[in-house]
Formats: sequence, structure tokens, C-alpha cells
Amino acid sequence: MNVLAVTDEAREKHPLEDYLRVDRLPHIWCPGCGLGTILGAFLRGLLKSGLTPDKVAVVSGIGCTGRVAGYIKLDSFHTTHGRAIAFATGLKLAKPELKVVVFSGDGDLAAIGGNHLIHAGRRNIDMTVLCVNNFNYGMTGGQFGPTTPETARSTTSRAGNIENPFNMSALAAASGATYVARWTAAQIHQMEKSIIEALLKKGFSFVEIISPCPTYYGRMNRLPTGLDQMRYYRSNSVVRHGANPNEVGAGTNGQIVTGKFIDIERPYLPGPRDGENGG
Amino acid sequence: MSDREHLEGEHFMSGDEACSEGAISAGCRFFAGYPITPATEIAERMSDRLPEVGGTYVQMEDELGSMAAVLGASWGDAKAMTATSGPGFSLMMENIGLGVMLETPCVVVNVQRAGPSTGLPTMVGQGDMMQARWGSHGCYSIIAISPDSVQEVFDLMIKAFNLAERFRLPVLVMMDGAVGHMYEKVVIPPLDKIHLVTRRRPDVPPGEYWPYMPDEDLIPPMANTGEGYRFHVTGLTHDERGYPAMDPEAQDKLVRRLVEKVERHRDEIIELEEDGTDDAEVVVCAYGITARVATIAVERARREGTRVGLLRLITVWPFPEDKIKSLARQVKAFVVPEINYGQISLEVERSVAGMARLALVPHMGGDVHNPATILEAIRQVIK
Repeated sequence: MNVLAVTDEAREKHPLEDYLRVDRLPHIWCPGCGLGTILGAFLRGLLKSGLTPDKVAVVSGIGCTGRVAGYIKLDSFHTTHGRAIAFATGLKLAKPELKVVVFSGDGDLAAIGGNHLIHAGRRNIDMTVLCVNNFNYGMTGGQFGPTTPETARSTTSRAGNIENPFNMSALAAASGATYVARWTAAQIHQMEKSIIEALLKKGFSFVEIISPCPTYYGRMNRLPTGLDQMRYYRSNSVVRHGANPNEVGAGTNGQIVTGKFIDIERPYLPGPRDGENGG
Repeated sequence: MSDREHLEGEHFMSGDEACSEGAISAGCRFFAGYPITPATEIAERMSDRLPEVGGTYVQMEDELGSMAAVLGASWGDAKAMTATSGPGFSLMMENIGLGVMLETPCVVVNVQRAGPSTGLPTMVGQGDMMQARWGSHGCYSIIAISPDSVQEVFDLMIKAFNLAERFRLPVLVMMDGAVGHMYEKVVIPPLDKIHLVTRRRPDVPPGEYWPYMPDEDLIPPMANTGEGYRFHVTGLTHDERGYPAMDPEAQDKLVRRLVEKVERHRDEIIELEEDGTDDAEVVVCAYGITARVATIAVERARREGTRVGLLRLITVWPFPEDKIKSLARQVKAFVVPEINYGQISLEVERSVAGMARLALVPHMGGDVHNPATILEAIRQVIK
């Protein structure tokens, strides 16, 4: 095989280059992590949505997914652990013409930030939350968290997790979200389509994306590479649109039900105003 | 402008109400908070007043979220504030640190009650003065001011927003339960007599803007969200571009600037009130409601023939150590009454550096000092 030396001038521009901080690449994510795939789907979805990118702000919490804000070339905020939704609430209420997107992980959104998640859903704040769920705390080294399936091993549950996990999609739906969908990182096109729908939805939209963490969760649970986890998703995922989110858990010791579960209309905050992005 | 925009004229109101009116007159258009005694009346009035002036009131699920929402709103181009008391102040410390790190202008009011923990919810305390200085983790400088009357609450809210916008950081207004619930006359001056400061904006186009490239005065211009600057800001240690920079050199550069942007402007920030300190042999140093009580003790001591001065700390942080030092060369002793077991007295002691005697007059809270206790301390300290 020939190896071509490609000069900067000859290099074809990546279609998402204008929306990535290329001067910060390579990113810090592990080989086999799902975050690159998900970030790509988000940016493609954003460009297809028709929203004005300069009027989109991305807010992240802390953790591996929290680092997304630092690679996206939009107005982007890397805030405190768990507080991304609360920060985003203030940003959106003060400047309603912005489309505000929270991009964060399951530990950030369901554990330390769980209170803000449920209250943002209750208020039906007009924002989109992308929750990358890898079933553990990746950045700190693979501890179990509120989404870790029962019996799954982690660096703080070596004999198997004894706690019952949260079903993130059910939690968002019960809190009052007007749009709830779940996909795995292996369902790139469905994920992208859902992200577009969520971005254009008025009110609190929530997309849960099950994503591989080969370095910790996968390695400790007999799925040691990103590819193993992606294969697992392919063989165990089913699409069931409109399923009751309460009846569809999302562990890695059973079937993963994916699809668009909730798509309803409900009054939202801040109320509709002229000049809103995409409105 | 609607006539509700700015309530010019004479009013009879509480410290908490004056706090809200001062904020409105300062241009505050966003409040996020969580009800807590004795600061609740600030939230109540803001929920009435902000919709009248085109602003937003949001009641958050806790004080962690309140402080985060205030920062978000400030980045959404609003002058933003919250108000709380001790237990909520503890929770806000997390995102006060983020406010310092992201250099986010905002105002945090703490109507202090007696602690620790739930303490005496309806009763006065001054026990959060050191928490104001050091409460969030890491190394930084902060600005904290302390009013002693309802009129001064109004005036200092304007000063607080101006300082926040000028220096790009959370400014802490350290009220207390007595000042917050006290009713007095307040004169709200015409709007054109109120000097307002707004944050400096970048004068370079997007693409050339680095969010943390400071001007000569160490303060970087702040871009507005949604105007194409596509900036990134992070609570991680960062370089001038706003990018994470995980190395001791970047840490050194950033922390020094965050501290120095306050310390270098001490003369511009610090406001004090002195009464009879010129020829004093004893100086009573106090702040907030305790300064009002101390006035009575000072007057009585003067009638007894003692040359007593009163130094009232309007600015508590950065601490006016130069003033204390120069007084320490002249006086025999300092008397520091405060409604805690000794906090600001430690700073006075540090500044005095053994050049004069020092008497702390602690009071654990629930009510104010008896002036006789302060008078007795004045008598004892010059014996």
C-alpha cells in the first residue's frame, strides 16, 4: 500500500472543520470511545437543522463528555460538575434567542446534576440535552454510577454493582421532557435524525446515547474493545418508537430498546418570542 | 422608560427591599435564587419588580443551581444576581469559584444569620466573613462589601454591580439579618445621578479574539454570547485563548493574574469611613450592623474623656491592611467587635503586627452587641 504524504494545501477540508477547534486536536478521548462518533453526528445534525450556528451555545459539565465543549467551535462553556443544565438555564432565560445545548455524561447529569435535570424537565426549559451514557465514571477511572447496570463490575464494585440503575430516558420523560429518544453509538443515522428533531423541538428535549467506554466499563465487563461494545449494541438493540420509557431499561445485560419514546407539546420557558433561533 | 423602571424619590423600606431596588437601579435584569430566611424578601421583591422592567426572575431548585444560573445569565449579557443566607452561601461557593475562574461579573448577597449549620435562621450573625474570603477552593482574590444602613444597602448594590462589571468577578454583598430586616428612609436619586459601569467588550473581530488576553489593567474584555466570537471558556486552568492548559506555568500565570487584578486596584476598590481617628488613642474597627452599635459605645467613651476613633469597613475584602498599619503606628489599641468568635479581628491582628494592643469583642449572634460591652472593652484595653 502506498503511503501518501498529504500537504496542508493539498489536504481536502473536512466538512466539519469550521465547527471544530482543530488547533486543539488530537482530542483526549480513548481509542474506541463513542464520543467522536456522537460529536460528529451532533455537528452534522446541527448543520442540517437550519439553526444559525453563531446563535447556538454548548454547555458541558465535567467528565469525558464534558470535554465536548472544548472541541466544538461555537460559543461553548465547560462548567462545574453537574451544573451544566443550571448554567444553561440562566443563559437561555437571559438570552432567549440562543439555542442552548447541554452536552454531558450520565454521571454528570444523573448523579451530581440529577436535581437540575428533573427540574429543567419540570419547567420545560427550551433546551436540548444530549446525555452520553457509558454506564460509569470514565474520567476518574471507571467507578460505578447511577446508570451502572446491576451486577456490572467497576473499579468501586469489583464484585458486581449491588445498586439499581436509573433509566435516564424514563427519568427525563417523568420529569416533563417534551422529546425523549435513546440510541446507541452504533445507530449513527438515527441518532443524527433525533438530534435534528431535538434541536428543533420547543421545550426540554432529551437524547440519551448509549456509548462505549472500552477502557473501563467494557474492559471490566467482558467487552474489552470499542468494537466489542459496538457489536454488542448491534446484536442486542431493537428499535421501538413510542415505547413506554418506563418499560425499557438500557443495561448491557439484556436487550437495549432504542427509538423515539416521547414527542409531545407542552408550554415551555422562556415563552415564544420573535427572533428565536430557528423560530 | 416606564416610571416603574427607577423608583426615584423618598421611601421607607427594609434593607432587603432596598437591596432589590439598588440592584434594579444598577441595571440588574436577572435574579436566580432559592428562598431562605432572612434574605427571602429580596427574592420576593425581585419577582415583583423584574417583570416590570423587562427582566427575569427564576426560582431554582437549590443554591447550587441558583449560582450556576446567575453565571449563565451573565454570559447571556444580563447583569445578574442572587441573594441568600449562610446555608445557601455554603452551597454557592462551588460556582462562586467558577465565577472567579470564568471571570464572570455578578453579585451575590448574603444576609447573614447566626450559624453554624441551620443556626438561628431569623436572627443576626456575621459569621460568614472568612467564608466570603476563602470559601471556594483554590487561590483567588474576591471583593466583599458590607452596608450598615438601609440607604447604604441601596448605594452599595450599585457599587457592587459596578465593581463586578469593572473587575469581572462575583462581588459579595455581606449584609446581616439586622440590616436586612431593618426599616429606614431611603432616598433613590435620579437615574442620571447614578454612575453605572458595564463590562468592557472586545474591540477586535471574531477570529482575533482571545477570551483571556488581558488589557493593561489585567482585565480581559468579555465577548457576548451569540455574536459570532465562538469563544470557549472553562473552569480548568486555561491560557489566554481560553483553552485548557494543564501545566504549572499556565497555573502560575492565571492565578497570579486573578489575584493581582484585584490587589493591584485596592485603592480604587476600598472604601472606608473614619470618625475621629486622627488623634485617637483607641480605634474601634467594625462593619455592618455592629458599626452602628459601636457608634454608641464610641460616643460614651468620648464623654468619659477617651480619644476614641471609629473605623468602619465598608470594603471588607480586599482587606484595608495599609490603613490599619498606619493607624497602628499612632494608636495604643484596637477594639474589634463582631458577631462571631473572631474573624475580621484576625486580619486586624495581622495588619497591626504587634504595633498596638488588640481586643476582640466577640458575640455569638442572635442579637447585636450591647454597647456597654464594647465600652467596657475600650476601657480595659487602654488600662
